[in-house]
Amino acid sequence: MNRDDVELTTEEQAILRGERGQAPKRALEYQIELGKFCGARRFVPITNVHMMGDIEVMGDAGLAYLRDEVELGARCVVGTTTNARCIDFAHCARMGQDPVEVEKERDLIGCLRKMGVMTTDTCINYQTVYQPHLGEHVAWGDTGTVIYANSVFGARSNFESGPAALAAALTGRTLEYGFHLDEHRRGTFTVYLDAALDDVADWGAIGKLVGETHQNYYAVPVFHGYRGVPTADDLKHLGAALASYGSMAMFHFVRVTPEAPTVEAALGGRRPAESMTITQDDLDRVYAGYSLGDGDARLVVFSGPQQSLLELRRLAELFEGRHVHEGAACFVTTSNAILAQARKVGYADVLEQAGVTVLEGVCFYILQNLSPMRAANGWKNMISNSAKIVNIIGAHRFNTILRRTAACVDIACSGVLR
Amino acid sequence: MMQPVAQRQADRLTVDRAFGPVVEGEALVSEEGFSPRYDLDRWSGIITKAGHKLEGCSIRDKICFFPTAKGGIAAGWAFNDIKAKGIGPKAFVFGVANPVMVQGAIFAGITITEGWDIEPAALFATGDIVRVDPGRRSITIVRRADLKGAGR
Repeated sequence: MNRDDVELTTEEQAILRGERGQAPKRALEYQIELGKFCGARRFVPITNVHMMGDIEVMGDAGLAYLRDEVELGARCVVGTTTNARCIDFAHCARMGQDPVEVEKERDLIGCLRKMGVMTTDTCINYQTVYQPHLGEHVAWGDTGTVIYANSVFGARSNFESGPAALAAALTGRTLEYGFHLDEHRRGTFTVYLDAALDDVADWGAIGKLVGETHQNYYAVPVFHGYRGVPTADDLKHLGAALASYGSMAMFHFVRVTPEAPTVEAALGGRRPAESMTITQDDLDRVYAGYSLGDGDARLVVFSGPQQSLLELRRLAELFEGRHVHEGAACFVTTSNAILAQARKVGYADVLEQAGVTVLEGVCFYILQNLSPMRAANGWKNMISNSAKIVNIIGAHRFNTILRRTAACVDIACSGVLR
Repeated sequence: MMQPVAQRQADRLTVDRAFGPVVEGEALVSEEGFSPRYDLDRWSGIITKAGHKLEGCSIRDKICFFPTAKGGIAAGWAFNDIKAKGIGPKAFVFGVANPVMVQGAIFAGITITEGWDIEPAALFATGDIVRVDPGRRSITIVRRADLKGAGR
């Protein structure tokens, strides 16, 4: 479907005439151009925006754009938060990040705040900041936030990258297409889960198995058969991996997610295009499939998505009384709010006493200067319990290895890769 | 993979959706999907992900054919960034895109298309000079790679 025109309300016509200012006018013009491509018929009002905006991905051109927005008097008209960024100012010097880029990041954050953006710097806003309800329209990015919103909350969002999310924040609306519409929210194929799934890495591995073989934004898997109760962190890793490997924006989980009381309801009365089964053997093959390279075990990362308080508790239990192996590095990333709570209840202290570096407001894979950092440290392998991060970090030329959480901790503390 | 000219008789690919100016440039035809976050060194324009089918290739000034878009939200800002750095492509031609690729390309003013009636590899090979005309929703051959050298 490719329509030339997006229908505009009286309010939208006023925005387009510049009656709300030049920034929303420019934003709406951009959205209309997107709408022509996507075949959107109209806009839908939104209640919340979550946007990516940091110097590593935006570069000088993006920073100049934000400065221009500020000059135009841009202001967010709905609650708007930021995704994880590329610099933790408390650690940037020790990590060898470029001081010039660090200053640009400060400038960029200042621009966002002048526009009314709440710089929360978290990719787990759905666990920490805002939980939209069933049917609520929002405009979110990163992809992990979108798939969680659509699937677990039953809210409605497409992938909204930085400029698209910012445009939505300025106009208070987004285009009605994709996962804002019922027709795209129905399951397209089923996945029977015949495995124990006792670690977040297992859930990510499922996302890898399903996503790699179904790379399509509009593919919507329906999971069923699981006899346990997935936690929020399990679903977080499942969704993040599906979005990463498959570019997917939604899944159903029968009797868990709100639009999937049954397989039939999740499919919306249609026949599944495919029915697949995942067994324990399939998961074991995922773990066995990673090359260990030269056995380098000097970098273990718990990140992508940021860690929840419950994940930090688990890590603190596993690291208690142990220490990261000499010459190795172990990074944990989380949000400001979670880190404050983790300090209050003691998890952060346990991790730091074990030699773990706890970074705030960042994700490891988007760190500024990551490729030079890899080279300077001689890191070859990166071991993680996140299926997403082992997929997404490839451009920086790490050899990546997925392992369960306890195994990751053992590797970090022993320096031995298995 | 270069195909003999005789096996590539058709010279027009029709796309479903398109945005941007008409552009001509050298085709870079991939069998694997793409994400600027996952696959691209955004400071050189070279695909650096180990094992990617186009590992070591530059996308600078190319007409890039990708069957799918990988996950990741980065393209929204990243396409604008790589264009400003002078290492962006002339066009992205996707079989199946995702909104991020479209949002990024339109924000950056880079020509982008989605959907095709024929697999690009059946018509074009890496190195061919092709023309993308978003208004006509067509991609046509200008000059075959195997004739390019002879013509110079």
